[in-house]
Amino acid sequence: MESPILTTEEFSAYFGEQCVLKNINLSVVQKKTTAIMGPSGCGKTTLIRCINRMHELVPDARVKGNIFLYDKNLYSMNPIIVRRKIGMVFQKPNPFPTMSIYDNVIAGYSLNGIKIGKVEKDRIVEESLKMAALWDEVKGHLQRKGTFLSGGQQQRLCIARALAMNPEILLLDEPTSALDPKATAHIEELISELKKVVTIIIVTHNIAQAARISDFTAFIYLGELIEYGTTEKMFTVPKDKRTEEYLTGKFG
Amino acid sequence: MRERALSLRIIKDMGFRVMIISFSFITILPLLLILFYIIRNGIAVINWQFLISLPKPVGELGGGISNALVGTLILIAIACLISIPLGICTGIYLYEHREGRISYLVRLCVEILQGVPSIVIGIIAYAWVVVSMGTFSALSGGVALGIMMLPVIVRATEETLKLIPDTLKEASLSLGVPYYRTILKVILPAGASGIVTGILLSVARIAGETAPLLFTAFGSPFMDVNIFKPINALPLLIFNYATSPYPEWHTLAWGASLVLVVFVLTLNFTAKLVTKKWKVQF
Repeated sequence: MESPILTTEEFSAYFGEQCVLKNINLSVVQKKTTAIMGPSGCGKTTLIRCINRMHELVPDARVKGNIFLYDKNLYSMNPIIVRRKIGMVFQKPNPFPTMSIYDNVIAGYSLNGIKIGKVEKDRIVEESLKMAALWDEVKGHLQRKGTFLSGGQQQRLCIARALAMNPEILLLDEPTSALDPKATAHIEELISELKKVVTIIIVTHNIAQAARISDFTAFIYLGELIEYGTTEKMFTVPKDKRTEEYLTGKFG
Repeated sequence: MRERALSLRIIKDMGFRVMIISFSFITILPLLLILFYIIRNGIAVINWQFLISLPKPVGELGGGISNALVGTLILIAIACLISIPLGICTGIYLYEHREGRISYLVRLCVEILQGVPSIVIGIIAYAWVVVSMGTFSALSGGVALGIMMLPVIVRATEETLKLIPDTLKEASLSLGVPYYRTILKVILPAGASGIVTGILLSVARIAGETAPLLFTAFGSPFMDVNIFKPINALPLLIFNYATSPYPEWHTLAWGASLVLVVFVLTLNFTAKLVTKKWKVQF
């Protein structure tokens, strides 16, 4: 396999006493799209929230084991640094309601108090919006509020906001579950483009979506990693019986 | 038989409608009457001189309320300086810690504080500030009013922030923004309209408070902006003039009442405007 960018080692996550992820061992390949799929409540969202250390924001939440970004342990780094290196896009689009489109894209810098010049800002905003395939639609009214955009546009704005920080990894938590089919197709197209520049980990409960856009797929069931491999292999010759049953719609 | 039952229902329906309409009218009636009386009695004395001149001794004609106006503004400013930072911070704390023993205790105290009679708060401010400083002062009045504003601001902040979706906080944190910056730059601006509305309404509430000022700010016939000296305030002036035996002072009291009512109503309308104009759509 190619060089891994992210490795989890015997990783478990808990809410209080309840164990939601059990001994996950996973290595994510650089500049590829990895899909994490599984039925509702299996712990897939928890897994990616652990990767950028959002999980620990919930009271009572704790983790065991390690996650490495290259060879650095994420859990011995400051979570603020981790989150700047690993961007995240959420289920529901959540642009900052008080900010314009422009300010939303640059929010990662302005909110963090990172001082950059106007020219540099303009460049980052334009590049990020172009990467998120939103530039052509919004370039005329960058000073309008981000919340005036449609749901799909808002989600691409959130992707642009995450990309502006130049992250190593982009985490997508069911980014299309709140969108209509057309907007979904748009985002999927975008993901296929983006993997040239950034490693993507996407959580989805849509099997077809995982098949369409990912290079690798991990199947999680009841907090356990059942199977992990190239998407092609998993969808044609699944090794585990449970994977096969899930893919053929027997449960989930 | 069926038709009779139906027509009975229609009559009941009508009766109910008439009842709620007339009751709501009865509710707004007192306010309209108050406004009517105050305007009728007070409008005659209101003019520029009334607003900018000092009260005159008994027997002399004219005289105004300038020192009471300035005094009320100073008292409000002191009260705001005390209660706004405290109230917003407490509100943020309660929003961040919805459960837990300390937040339960804080919430309980805020609720109780809201129910404490204003005269009692006046006594507290008297005991704390007036007695220890040895003199009635604007500061002590400001402290009393500040304590009265505090629970309103705390509740307004907490309730407003509660309406902000958690996803907004997550959006900020996931960009690597530290917690304090997330609160100051994302959460508070998103809740600004509600918090400002709460502050305006609390100011409107204390602007007319008389009881806590009786033995703190005390009142004064002079224009004095020293916060360590007794100061006049609109409600105090109204109280003193209205309870005096001189008819010309009664008229002045009506005028001052009108000014006070207009001030409070303006605050209320501004609050409504702020809610509408600054509304944030999530």
